[in-house]
Formats: sequence, C-alpha cells, structure tokens
Amino acid sequence: MRHIISILMENEAGALSRVAGLFSARGYNIESLTVAPTEDPTLSRMTLVTRGNEEIIEQITKQLHKLIEVVKLADLSEGVHIEREMMLIKVLAKGSHRAEIKRLVDIFRGSIIDVTDSSYIVEMTGTSDKLDAFIGAVHEDLIVETVRTGPSGIARGTKGLSL
Amino acid sequence: MELSGAEILVQCLKDEGVEHLFGYPGGAVLHIYDAIFKQDELRHILVRHEQGAVHAADGYARATGKPGVALLTSGPGATNGVTGIATAYMDSIPMVVLTGQVPTPFIGSDAFQEVDTLGITRPCVKHNFLVKDVRDLAETLKKAFYIATSGRPGPVVVDVPKDVTDPNIKIPYVYPKTIKMRSYNPVKKGHLGQIKKAVDLILSAKRPVIYSGGGVVTGDGAAELTDLVREMNLPITSTLMGLGGYPGTDRQFLGMLGMHGTYEANMAMHDCDVLIAIGARFDDRVTGKIKDFCPEAKIIHIDIDPASISKNVRVDIPIVGPVKSVLADMVKVAKEHKNQPNKEALAQWWSLIEKWRAVNCLKYNTKSKRIKPQHAIELLHKITNGDAYIASDVGQHQMWTAQYYPFDKSQHWLTSGGLGTMGFGLPAAMGAKVAHPDKDVVCITGDGSIQMNIQELATCKQFDLPLKVMLLNNGYLGMVRQWQEFFYGGRYSEVTVEAQPDFVKLAEAYGHVGMRVEKPEDLEGALREMLAMKDRLVFLDVVIDPGENVYPMIMAGKGHHEMQLSPDCELS
Ligand SMILES: Cc1cc2nc3c(=O)[nH]c(=O)nc-3n(C[C@H](O)[C@H](O)[C@H](O)COP(=O)(O)OP(=O)(O)OC[C@H]3O[C@@H](n4cnc5c(N)ncnc54)[C@H](O)[C@@H]3O)c2cc1C
Ligand SMILES: Cc1ncc(C[n+]2csc(CCOP(=O)(O)OP(=O)(O)O)c2C)c(N)n1
Ligand SMILES: [Mg+2]
Repeated sequence: MRHIISILMENEAGALSRVAGLFSARGYNIESLTVAPTEDPTLSRMTLVTRGNEEIIEQITKQLHKLIEVVKLADLSEGVHIEREMMLIKVLAKGSHRAEIKRLVDIFRGSIIDVTDSSYIVEMTGTSDKLDAFIGAVHEDLIVETVRTGPSGIARGTKGLSL
Repeated sequence: MELSGAEILVQCLKDEGVEHLFGYPGGAVLHIYDAIFKQDELRHILVRHEQGAVHAADGYARATGKPGVALLTSGPGATNGVTGIATAYMDSIPMVVLTGQVPTPFIGSDAFQEVDTLGITRPCVKHNFLVKDVRDLAETLKKAFYIATSGRPGPVVVDVPKDVTDPNIKIPYVYPKTIKMRSYNPVKKGHLGQIKKAVDLILSAKRPVIYSGGGVVTGDGAAELTDLVREMNLPITSTLMGLGGYPGTDRQFLGMLGMHGTYEANMAMHDCDVLIAIGARFDDRVTGKIKDFCPEAKIIHIDIDPASISKNVRVDIPIVGPVKSVLADMVKVAKEHKNQPNKEALAQWWSLIEKWRAVNCLKYNTKSKRIKPQHAIELLHKITNGDAYIASDVGQHQMWTAQYYPFDKSQHWLTSGGLGTMGFGLPAAMGAKVAHPDKDVVCITGDGSIQMNIQELATCKQFDLPLKVMLLNNGYLGMVRQWQEFFYGGRYSEVTVEAQPDFVKLAEAYGHVGMRVEKPEDLEGALREMLAMKDRLVFLDVVIDPGENVYPMIMAGKGHHEMQLSPDCELS
C-alpha cells in the first residue's frame, strides 16, 4: 500500500540524511521525498511517500519517530487529506503540435511559462495521478524533460501538524 | 568563569559526574589533552587501541549503569572506535564518545586525518552531533548525556573540531542543569489501563512465563522484576542480555532461552499460554523459527522503545514505558486485584516444567581426562561465590559462561550480544575493574577472541587493573568450528588457530602473571591461586577439550520444541 507520511522536524544539517539513511539501512523504499523549512524557520516539513504492508509502515513511522530530530509525524493516508505535486515539463512544440499542446495544457489547468519557437515549458500542479495523466497525454517523442517535486500533503480540517 | 573550549569540555564531564575517561590522543584532540593534563579529578585511562577505549567505556557503563565516556582523535582514531560504538548500539548501552575533528574551516577538504565521523557513525549511534561553535559545546554535551542515558539508552557521538577547543578563545561557562528538547521526550510511565489489562491476563493464565531481557538490566528493574515473579509465582527465563536481572540460582529461574537456551526454558516458551516479555526485543537467536514461536500464547510486551514492539512478533498487550516503573505498577495492581493467580493450574504447569528440568540438559561428561569448559566455569562460579563481574568475548566460551555461571545480580555480566564482537571481553573487563577496583573481575575468553585486543594487557599494567583472564583454549575458533561440524560435514575451513603464542610468556612479557593448566585435577587449585592474587593480573590459559560443543542448540529454521540436546543428557 502507498502511504504518505508527513514529518515535522528540526531544521538542522544532517536531519535529512538521517531520514534517508534510515530508509536505506532498513531496506524501506522511498518513492518521493520533499522537504523545506516552515513558517517557523527552526522547523522543516517533510512529505515522504513510501510503500509497504501494514507492519512495515508501522515500523517506518516508529523508526522515524525515534530519530531525535523528528518532532512530530503523521501518516496522512490514515485520514482525509490533500496531496499536490508540481511538475515542470519541457515539450517540443512545433507546427500543429503548438496548438494541440496548448489545448491539452488548458484542459489540465496548467500554464505555459516559457516559450521558444520550438518548445514550451509547462507548469502543472495536481495530484500525482493527474501529472501522470498529462504525461500520458503528450506524445512521448515530444517530451524533452520532466521535473517533479514529489507530492506534498496536508490533512483536511482545522487540525494541523504543528507544535 | 571564562574557559576555553577544551577546558569547557573537561569541566562539563566533571559537572556531569564523570570520573573516568578512556581515550587515546592525537592531533585533533591535543588542546583537550592539555586541559586534561592541567587537572586531576578526571582520571584518564590511556588504552592501546581506540576500540579498546570504547569497549572499556562500554564495560564501565554495563557494570555501573552510568554512561561510559571515551575520547578519540579524528580520522583513524574515530574509525578505530566504530566497532565499539556499534557494539554498544546493538546492546543499548549508554555511552558518550567524544571524537576530535579537523578545524571547521578544513571540514570537507580531505584534510589530514579527516573523516566524516558523523556520516560513518550515523547508522550505529542513538544520535550524534558536530559542534561548530564553542558557544554550543556545553549545551551539546548536556544533550549528549541526556540522550545517551534516557529512554532506550545508546551511544552518542560528539564530534569536536580542533578550533572549537582553541585555548585562546575563552567564553563564559555555564553547564545547563537540565535540558528540554521538544523533539525528544522518552516515556516516563506505562499506561495504567494497559498495565491492568496485562495483570488481568496474567492472573487468568494457566501456563504463564516471563521472558526478560537486557532492558531489565539497563533499566535497573531487577528488584521490581523479582517482586513480580515472586508475587505471582511465575516461571522466568531470560535472554543472554538479561542474565542477572533475576537471580540465576533461584528455583523460579529456568535458565537462558533461545538458540543455546535450556530445555526447560525453551519448552516453557513453546507451551505457554501467556508470554510476558520484559525489556527484550524478540531477537532471532531467541525466537527461532517465527512461525513456531509461542504458538498458543497471548503476548504482553513491556518496552521503552515503541519500535521494539511488534517488530518481529505481533503482541497482544503492548506497554510502552520503563521497566522499573511499569513493573512496580504491575506488582501494585496485582496485590490489590480481586483475583488470585490460578494456583491449581500453576501447580500443574510447574510440575510439567520440573519434568523438563529433570532432563538435565546442561549435563556434560565429568569423567573426561581433558578439562571440560563447563567444569571450569562451574568452578569459577563456586570459587567467586557467583559474585564476580564477568566479561566475555564471543564464541563457545561465551555461551558456556551464560549457561554455567548463574548470575544472581544485575550488571555483573558484560557480553556483546547483539553485534557479537570478538575482542570485547578484555577491554570491557578493564572498564568494570576501573569502576569496581575491589571486586573480582574476570574476563572469560577464547584463543581467537583474546588476540583481537590483547594489547590492552599493557593498559592493565600501566593503570594497575588486576583483573583476571581465564582463557578457554580449544585451539579453534570454536563456535565456527561447531557450525562447520554440524552443517558443513566437518570441513574445518580456516578455524584452526595453529600458531598460538605462548600465553603464559605473553602475559609475563606484559608484566603480569601467566599460568597454564591442562589437567582436570589441577584446575581448581589453579583457579584458586589465580583469584587469590588480588593485586596482580593473572592470565590463566586453560587448555580444554577441543572437540566440545555447545548444547542444547536450536538449529536454524527450527522451533523452540525442536532442540538438539547434548549426547550426555538424560532425555530418554
Ligand atoms: C554467539 C552468540 C549466540 C547467542 N545466542 C543467544 C541465545 O541462545 N539466547 C539469547 O537470548 N541470546 C543469544 N545471543 C544474543 C542475541 O544475539 C541478542 O543480543 C539478545 O538475545 C538480545 O537480548 P534482549 O532481547 O534482552 O535485547 P537487548 O538487546 O538487551 O535489548 C533490550 C530491549 O529492552 C528495551 N529497553 C531498554 N531499556 C529499557 C527500559 N528501561 N525499560 C523498558 N525497556 C527497555 C530496549 O528497547 C530493547 O528492546 C547470542 C549472541 C551471540 C553473539
Ligand atoms: C570480530 C569478529 N569476527 C568474527 C566473528 C565470527 N565468530 C564468532 S565466534 C568465532 C570464534 C571465536 O573463537 P574463540 O574466541 O576461540 O572462542 P571459542 O568459540 O573457541 O570459545 C568467530 C570467528 C565475530 N563474532 N567477531
Ligand atoms: Mg577457541
């Protein structure tokens, strides 16, 4: 099962490598990981997507919690939550493709943020599935490169992961 | 008070109550050694190899419950210490290891004797720190001791760049009295609801058994455990690490469990209906084949580390908390409980256990013309009244010690269980002797293991540490030979330690007393002579039967009820 885990941790050098090291040492997989400081600069917020059965996920959350720098964490998949991922994708846009891609970007509510006479850079935000779908919709020969942030997640409702 | 970083470091250790420090100097820690030179409260013990320093600090911690402290230089000093750090980590031993580092401006430049100590040690420490500013030094050290000793204990490394200890930069010194960390709050008490549920379950049990572990020893829970066991008339077995947490000579103690555990302990595990795991982590040496582990049991697990719970085996009633307070609460709840233990069922259970016990699984051939290691250890137990601090190395001799030296007291048994580090014994014994100069401290070792840190005999000479070394010399890497005998058709590949030094002369060369004993009839006399020399380190080379094996044994992939018993025992 896919799980999305949100981690609030001390914004200290080395904290990220502790998390990464934990996953490699214990053989857990990381599908994606994003991290940045929060409104409180002493804290960082990390969103981590992993896969495993219930026992493995339980171990992962417990082991993460054991890391001294981890202040709080939540398995967002346990409740209703929102996920968003951002993608920058460079596509070849020549001739008839230009209009076609523009149409596609509109349908997916993305925006074209850079234009040359033969390419576009498209910015798109959404669930990872939506981004996958967009990639699927563009002919693969037209894709020059894609950069994805990996999903960030937040639980719905008034409660938050904070101190 | 204005102090330099080096002086602050030394002063912090004193303020933390540290009396002994095991270390080895080098460029990156010169300022610190200068500060050590200028004082005489903190006693520094100069080892002969950094691995020895860390094991000695570890042995000190195991024998006292206080954190051990080691000081190493950067680069090779730190890497030499890694085996010691990993050893302490696997056994959850509180320790603070201070390592020198190249000056901050040089970090990352492949400077002389630079290694990424934080990166190298990260997977085998509870936590580690790099101190980049002298103003952070005192608080970081306070945190290091706090983290090392609280919750599930473990080693903490503090990496200190040379410029941070600069004697010319002085700053005001205050050592924080307490420390609070928003990201680290170990549990102080167990959940009372869970404790009540556990007591209910134990009282309703017909065939309960306690499986206690190293957490009882490090968590200072021996007295509370004994109360609980007696109060509820429970049978108890222990892991290798938990030995001494309950009196080993007591009738209710079934001996060690697991791969080389006793028949009665493992059978009780297999047949129990309620298992109470206390400060133990369901290691694979203990559980055997998971599918056959306690097939009929409901399981209660007390552990301070939530990650230990349901890691290898699913449990029914988890209690997260320190053994000491949880056990005290359990005794209280049991005493006030409206129900009593099921006396009749327990009596039946005990009579079944006595039948298993009658198999006498630790019996060995006492008629042999060669010295049997089991006999040597039993004699040592007799002569020391079971009261010595015993450090072991790793191998057959370690298992025999666990089986034939029943520990009545906690913190008297120092062994590397989790990592199984050969070379641990002698330096660990050193640590124990530093802590308890007036007590008997014996290192029980093997001919392979002792040669991994034998250089520490010189440390013992220099610092007047008259411990005893009892070498069970079988001329083999015995434990490996045993596996090759059982599982590789007796093809003894690279396990003969053919060119052995003359250990008697070697001991003498280091300035100690060396003795050798080869005949069973001379053994007791030799052991007595050894222990009578209170102020000398005596190295006794005991030449034992080379073919002796450790029994019982649960072979790989087998369950607790499928033990291989010794050909000498009485199962008919
Ligand atoms: C050659 C060899 C053979 C071995 N054979 C055996 C064998 O036959 N039988 C055997 O038992 N072992 C054997 N071992 C040792 C084995 O590898 C493990 O080290 C050992 O079983 C682990 O013991 P433990 O479960 O008590 O855990 P420890 O490693 O001592 O862990 C302690 C547990 O207690 C918890 N804890 C710590 N402090 C507290 C506290 N204050 N309150 C609550 N909980 C706390 C910790 O979180 C941890 O879960 C062998 C080792 C070697 C080298
Ligand atoms: C540092 C290290 N290397 C290798 C091993 C693997 N090993 C486990 S027991 C053993 C043999 C130990 O021989 P010895 O010290 O003579 O003890 P004996 O088994 O003969 O009593 C070996 C090589 C280990 N545990 N530690
Ligand atoms: Mg040997």
